[in-house]
Amino acid sequence: MEPRQKGALPGGSAVTDDDDRDRRAERRRFDDVALPHLDAAFNLARWLVGTHADAQDVVQDAFLRALRHFDGYRGGDARSWVLSIVRRCSYTWLARNGAAETLPLADDAVMAEPGGPEDPELAALRGADRRRLATLIERLPPAFREVLVLRDLEEMSYREIALACDIPVGTVMSRLARARTALRRAWEKPIAKEPAPREKDRGV
Amino acid sequence: MECREVAGLADAFIDGELEAPRRAAVAAHLLGCMDCRRLVEETREMVEAIRDQAPYYTAPAGLAARVAEAPALALPPDIRDSRWNVRRRARQWSLAASFLAVAVFSSLATYRLAVPTSGEILVDELVSGHVRSLMVDHLTDVASSDQHTVKPWFNGKLDLAPPVKDLTTRGFPLVGGRLDYVGGRPAAVLVYRHRQHVINLFIVPDNPQRPTTAAPVVRHGFNVLAWRDAGLQFWAVSDLAVEDLGKFRELVREAES
Repeated sequence: MEPRQKGALPGGSAVTDDDDRDRRAERRRFDDVALPHLDAAFNLARWLVGTHADAQDVVQDAFLRALRHFDGYRGGDARSWVLSIVRRCSYTWLARNGAAETLPLADDAVMAEPGGPEDPELAALRGADRRRLATLIERLPPAFREVLVLRDLEEMSYREIALACDIPVGTVMSRLARARTALRRAWEKPIAKEPAPREKDRGV
Repeated sequence: MECREVAGLADAFIDGELEAPRRAAVAAHLLGCMDCRRLVEETREMVEAIRDQAPYYTAPAGLAARVAEAPALALPPDIRDSRWNVRRRARQWSLAASFLAVAVFSSLATYRLAVPTSGEILVDELVSGHVRSLMVDHLTDVASSDQHTVKPWFNGKLDLAPPVKDLTTRGFPLVGGRLDYVGGRPAAVLVYRHRQHVINLFIVPDNPQRPTTAAPVVRHGFNVLAWRDAGLQFWAVSDLAVEDLGKFRELVREAES
């Protein structure tokens, strides 16, 4: 993706034509760089802000900002660049909206699911597992959640994550390890009634 | 390396994010330490559960259009009202359509592209296992060209009985065998030689979910050839030319049947 030349075309007609063309070229270049990462952007925003509608707003805002600051993009990893902006917008949103403690599903509801004598019992069980896992991930503090999402769902390298989150690679490594450990412990634990499971409640 | 250190590196180990020496040190420790092996195994299972079961939220269809639309507002108003207006509209629409196409396509593409990493990590593990065996003078745990010595040596050490055949007469003398740790589990390794080249043949029980590519893979100048046979999965790793490695595979397969 090489930068296009600013076009001072010969026979200079109306200045606005050239400007228009430049902007258009710039837009196209932006689209090439940023749009392929729309899904990654939405996934990250959705995991950080918690609802579909809010994630859409955040992503739209982020892309607008990305376009405005596109001249600051110096090539390199486009996905990390886009995600770093999405991430900042997500945190701005969270700060403004009071970082709602999202607990979308009560554990009791999750537990009540399997055991129904319907034929796809296994499917129900799996569905319940999925929801429980999603809930547990949502309970991780955002700094840990984002690293986990970028690694295990987005499959980015530690270096790319470090770029996107603006933290050292070593921090990516330790946060990821702590996130997975917390998740593993919570997963293995019989379902707790309390929203925030604490380690010392049970001697695990 | 101590357990405490290994515990801190387990995640990076699984993710293929350790540089070769540390990866080798962790792998060596895992061979001898059940507890750490369990830790790595459980972590790997957790990671797989997240990958398979946690939702990946793809952008809703409308979002691509909204994103495509919004930045158009960034154009200054004087241009908007210029004589280009009509043509611009038309182009805008076609742009919007192409954004949609790009968005839809890329959502498919990223989904597909995201998958093969675990296979790549496996290849990395195999190659570093091979390199380690050459480097730290730990080519074999049992050094013998006698298949009747090598085969029983694996008894009780692994949950599989690797097919051991001496291929000396075919130009691939058996050097010995050893245990290694690959793809999250202990593996039998048979070591063969062909002229000056060492071949590590990794063998684990077949797991249909584990990716293999039939085509040879080149990594750091080593060739990796994978195949499945009789409920087992094989990887031959060597600096041998691909053709010779292919010949080796045929010989091993023949010997088995």
